[in-house]
Formats: sequence, C-alpha cells, structure tokens
Amino acid sequence: MSKFKKKKGGELPAISTASLPDIVFMLLFFFMVATVMRDSTLMVSNTLPAADQVQKLDKKDRVMYIYAGKPSMRYQDKFGTQARIQLNDKFATVQDVAAFVLAEKASKRQELQNVLTTALKVDGDTKMGLISDIKQELRKVNALKINYTTRIGDYKQNVK
Amino acid sequence: MARRKAPEVNAGSMADIAFLLLIFFLVTTTIETDSGLNRKLPPMEDVLDPPIIKERNIFSVVVNKFNQLLVEEKPLELAQLREEAVKFLDNGGGKGEEACSYCLGKRNSDSSDNPEKAVISLKNDRETDYKVYIAVQNELVAAYNVLRNREFKRLNPNLGLDFVQADKIYNDPRTSVSEKERLKPLLSEVKTLFPQKLSEAEPSKTN
Repeated sequence: MSKFKKKKGGELPAISTASLPDIVFMLLFFFMVATVMRDSTLMVSNTLPAADQVQKLDKKDRVMYIYAGKPSMRYQDKFGTQARIQLNDKFATVQDVAAFVLAEKASKRQELQNVLTTALKVDGDTKMGLISDIKQELRKVNALKINYTTRIGDYKQNVK
Repeated sequence: MARRKAPEVNAGSMADIAFLLLIFFLVTTTIETDSGLNRKLPPMEDVLDPPIIKERNIFSVVVNKFNQLLVEEKPLELAQLREEAVKFLDNGGGKGEEACSYCLGKRNSDSSDNPEKAVISLKNDRETDYKVYIAVQNELVAAYNVLRNREFKRLNPNLGLDFVQADKIYNDPRTSVSEKERLKPLLSEVKTLFPQKLSEAEPSKTN
C-alpha cells in the first residue's frame, strides 16, 4: 500500500486569494441589481402580513406609501407603544393623511395624478381601527386605489 | 538611458475595497416587497337610496375582536372560508331571467341567485388584528380567483393560462401592446361573469 502513502514534509502551499475580489464583486453586483435604495427610514416596526393572492405594483412613480405600526424600539420612550402612522420620515396623526396625499399628488406628473395608488405598509399586529381611520381619510381626498402590501406566503402564517 | 520597468500595481487591497462597497449596499438598500392585495375604496358620496339587496344574495363575514369569524351567522374556521365563499358565489339559484348558465353550484334557493347579484359583506371590529383581516381578504379574493380561473379556462382552453396568470401578464409593463390588446377582452369577459363585489362596512366599536 505504499503507493497511497502520503508524502510527509513540505509546506502547504498558500491558498491563492487572487479570485477573492472577483467573488466579492459578483456579490456586490447582485445586491446592486436586486435591491433598491431606501427612500425613508422606517420608524415603525413593519412585519407585513402574508397573502398569496397578490398582484404586483410595478410602476414606482405611481405609488405613495403610508406606513403604520408600533414605533420601533428606539422611539418607544418618546412615542410610546401605541401603533402610529408614519408619512415620509415623520410620525403623523390620522388628520395628516389627507394633506400628505394631496401633497404627493401635486408632486407627481399631471398625467399620473389620477392613477396613483396608495400602498399601505402596515404591521401585522396593528388593530383595524387605525387602518379604518386611514381608509376614511383616503376616501375624503378621493384616493380610492389602495394596495395592502404583503409578503408572499401562506395566509395561515397570520393566524397563529 | 536605461528604461526602468514600471512596477506592478498591488491588487491585494482590491478585495477590501469591494467588500467596503458591498457592505455599503447591504446597509443602505432593501429588497423591496411591492406586491399586495389591490382594493378599491368606495367614493365618499352617499348614495341616496341604496339598492335593496335580498338577504340570500348577501354573504356576511364578521370578524370580531378576538379574531374569530362569523360567516352567515355561524362560526367558521378561516381554512373553510374560501370553500364556503366559492359555494355561495357559484350557487346560481336564480330562475328565469336571473338564472346563471355557467354556475356549477347546488342551485340552492336560500343562497345567491347569480354571481352578478351576489355580494360579500365584510365587517370587522376596531380591535381586529390587521393580519387576520388580510388573511380574510386573501381568502375572499382567492374564492373569486378560483371561479375566474375556472371560467377563463373554460372559455379559452387553448391558451394554456388561467385568469391569474393572464392578469399578471396583462399588468406587466414589459408586455407588448398587441399582447395586452389580445388579453384585455378575454379578461374583462371573465370579470363580468364573476364581478368582484366585496362590500366593507365601517367597523364597529363594540361587538
């Protein structure tokens, strides 16, 4: 069996790291392509509920976002643990929603102003009362197209 | 003059630079979730005399503050909601002019006349959890999609698509205009067979 005997002695050759930059660049390009820049810092916890009958919102310029949920950990001393609405980078009350929608509408191009969709990104543990209030406000300013943004997944995850 | 060879640039730190960029992108970007349930809110104007809808044409779904479901006055598990909603919509109990030729339901006279008339009424409490509400909405949309898929396949057997897939292609901005033109009448035909009539009552405070 001497044929298979390992050669003793001699140092291990160093592993070449020459291809490391290539690998990292590959990862880098993947993330650059697959992700988008965050446009506003989330100040509320935002675990979206799951649903499987979803439709895609494709055109970014026709969407405005309303976030809601409990303030995240570091804002809890200041704002408490009650669910709040976040518009752009600020906490807001229900009364601010109408003004926000009108401002967003005015900032879009003329031809898009009537086809805007409001995406509601709401934390799963929020109570429906707050969402109904938001919906009432949206109806007041005639922003009737809404989208409940969800994760794609089985609905049974929601009712554990 | 002796020409010196240009020294080779050390590329050893390339990996560090790339890592730095990678970490920057990891921190500042998100993988966007931009899909969800599309809904349309009713306009604010009050209808002066609301149309009278017969009791048998309403499928009432109530979610209370303990996230329990009451469907047609009976408690129900969420897992059965889709099936019940399909049964209700597909019942086709109408006679004469109101008969539904494509319904495959039981033609029960206590349930809906035809899909045109059938209305699903959803009512929730202010204390209901949003995720449960989404689950209920999801199941009701699913019920419509089940029926629409069936009709779409029946009407367009050669297309090899169902309603949801066709709708997805139609809504994709990368689809060509001619393809959209072709799909549009097919989709709207199925939509008129099973129109989505989902009415939401304003939530109650005590329930």
